[in-house]
Amino acid sequence: MSMDKDPFDPNVDLWNECSERGADENDPPRSIADVLKAPENVERENNAFLAKRAHKFDTEDPSATMYRALESSLLHAIFKTDTNRRKFLKGVGAATAAGVIGSMVPFEALASMAKDAMKNIEKKDLKIGFVPITCATPIIAGHALGFYNKYGLNVDIIKTAGWAVARDKCMNGEYDASHLLAPMPAAMSMGLGSASQDWRMVTNVNTNGQAIVLANKHKDKQDPKDWKGFKFGVPFEYSMHNLLLRLYVAEHGIDPDKDIQIRVIPPPEMVANLRAENVDGYLAPDPFNQRAVYDGVGFIHKLTKEIWDQHPCCCFGISQKFIDENPNTFITLLTAILDATYTAEKADQRVRFAESMAPRNYLNQPEAVLKQILTGVYPDGLGNIKKVPDRISFMPYPTQSMGTWILSQLRRWDYIKSDVDYKTISDKVFMSAETEKNMKDMAEANSSLEWKDIPEVKYPVYDVYGKKYNPEKIQEYITSFDITRVS
Amino acid sequence: MNARNIQAGVLSVTLLVVFLAVWHVLTTTSSHEADATRMTAAQVEILTGKGMAEADIEAWSKQGLTFDQLDQIAGLGLGRDEIEAAGGIQSFGFTTGGAAEEAETGFPSPGQVWREASEQIFDPFHDRGPNDKGIGIQLAYSLARVLTGFVLAMIVAVPLGFLIGMSPLWSAAINPYVQVLKPISPLAWLPVALFLIKDSEKASIFVIFICSVWPMLINTAFGVANVKQDWLNIAQTLELSKLKTAFRVILPAAAPTILTGMRISIGIAWLVIVAAEMVIGGVGVGYFVWNEWNGLNLASMIFAIVIIGVVGLILDIALGQTLRLIEYKE
Repeated sequence: MSMDKDPFDPNVDLWNECSERGADENDPPRSIADVLKAPENVERENNAFLAKRAHKFDTEDPSATMYRALESSLLHAIFKTDTNRRKFLKGVGAATAAGVIGSMVPFEALASMAKDAMKNIEKKDLKIGFVPITCATPIIAGHALGFYNKYGLNVDIIKTAGWAVARDKCMNGEYDASHLLAPMPAAMSMGLGSASQDWRMVTNVNTNGQAIVLANKHKDKQDPKDWKGFKFGVPFEYSMHNLLLRLYVAEHGIDPDKDIQIRVIPPPEMVANLRAENVDGYLAPDPFNQRAVYDGVGFIHKLTKEIWDQHPCCCFGISQKFIDENPNTFITLLTAILDATYTAEKADQRVRFAESMAPRNYLNQPEAVLKQILTGVYPDGLGNIKKVPDRISFMPYPTQSMGTWILSQLRRWDYIKSDVDYKTISDKVFMSAETEKNMKDMAEANSSLEWKDIPEVKYPVYDVYGKKYNPEKIQEYITSFDITRVS
Repeated sequence: MNARNIQAGVLSVTLLVVFLAVWHVLTTTSSHEADATRMTAAQVEILTGKGMAEADIEAWSKQGLTFDQLDQIAGLGLGRDEIEAAGGIQSFGFTTGGAAEEAETGFPSPGQVWREASEQIFDPFHDRGPNDKGIGIQLAYSLARVLTGFVLAMIVAVPLGFLIGMSPLWSAAINPYVQVLKPISPLAWLPVALFLIKDSEKASIFVIFICSVWPMLINTAFGVANVKQDWLNIAQTLELSKLKTAFRVILPAAAPTILTGMRISIGIAWLVIVAAEMVIGGVGVGYFVWNEWNGLNLASMIFAIVIIGVVGLILDIALGQTLRLIEYKE
């Protein structure tokens, strides 16, 4: 989605879900469209309505962008998937929809709230940490291309040497917010690997963007069954990298705790370790996958997109304390990040973003490598050229399913020692409870709207490497694997 | 300068020149013109049939791309714009000669190191953001941390050393702790320090302190304990108070040993700060090394290593000169 897309337009793919599952899986039992009758000439009315809205929307005004982001967030809270949203809008017409929803949520108030938030920023000077990998593109390019300034924030982005230090600096308050790995806010809130402190994963900054790289001498070992005795690097224990690598090898009959060795290596050291033959391969974030190819040290075996398309990867984390103490700053910062994320996703912006991040102050990598990663046109080290435009994707919405999948895998591999209430933790960490409250309030205000379908939609079923992950049945999912630490 | 110093100087320089020459020979590859591939008419037809422009076929085959590679590119529907957007055809590792080969050789040559070095040396105070500051600024931050930690260590080590040196009882009591804490690496202290102190700057200063306190402590104790008994006797005869004895007799006598301890400590402190900064980040020469490692820019890293060595040398010389001032021949 970009800020150019009108959330009330039924003909756009708002939240980048075109590549995902078809319409049937997520149909609520009773479509919301049945509740309100579809007027005639919906198409014509729609277009006129949307044209009028587009006319009023000024892309140069940052508070307008924020307002649009709030609208989109609200619709996301209500509909949860694009298919539902489009069905609803096509059924009742955009104008009616705006009227119906607007009667419960005063959009004018929303607009002025956006303007007010920007005028009353509690803390203008912020320090945000980032790890120099392409996952953090919205955060980095947000600085390089002035997205923070656009919203009146004066942000310093600080390069962090590794995830452990990022976590420590977050917890002792040196960073106001930080680029984190998707499982980290959950781990920090649960007190895994550190003291417990409430952190929220506010938005994904990217999906996809990793790959499994092997050393050149393993060019003939493309089948994971041959990987017994290999040593693999991952950036951190509580990371999608670790969990995806384990999932992948386990599906091929390799036990990740017994048959291979997985070690934690900071991403910048991975290429050097591969060259020194300290590891046989790694599952790492870019740019270190493409860099291995560029330096002639390794080849790309598999993109993680091919394991789980649109899997969460890195996120933007903020402490609950910061949100409580600086709500206006939080909303403004969130909008800036969302704006950067949406813009980064556009195909025609990728080169610009790649070029802005190459200097020493940011990623400190050759421009060509960054361009190859962001445009998705790249050599894979085996003599092939590939074209995978969504090799790295910038999709901001974390869904509860993603959250519970992460927790289920942490449980599967015994990082979490006992069964937990996945839903509660996931809710707490991954999406604010306010949206649910909003939905309930709306339902109370207007009895003709049925919201009881929504909780089902909140947890969509995912297809993860050929297996359906149903967040309603987490325990079964964990025990359904052949290789697991939990029986 | 006497004859021997001059001879030593000449020998040193000769060793350096030989080293550089060997390095240069081992790391420089001769770059040659790309071997152009010839396309047959049939091949060209297949490629144009898939939509590739003739100009592109010619340009790329001249740079050494084979038919299979061009076929792949054509099959994916990639034109010149898209290849340029992905970094240019040279960056794909298919072309032969020139830039492609340079990207693949491992270790940088002396020339490359010099190029990186001059970039840094001639613009030492630039500030392009919190993650890219000139080497002058980085060094200043690192030195500040080192000196702070070092001074703190000195304040603790010297009095404690006196205590241990003058009192065999205290010496025996404290010795086990000293021996246990001494060998602990700074990198092992760092996570603990971060956890307890909750501030990365203070944590790195603490780590410098805890690692550089031992040489000074031990040397001070040793120096104090080995003050000539005659002098102590005279002090006793003159009925000097313990404090006066300490300041007027023991301190000057033990000073050379204490300063040697300081010399060792400052070397260790400088070593530690680089390691600590590589983990913690921020601004500093250790962070600079880490940043260049992150970018796999070996030439820059070598330059940084040389700078670290040079600064260490300067620190050592400074303390060495101070030593010369205060020692006296008996």
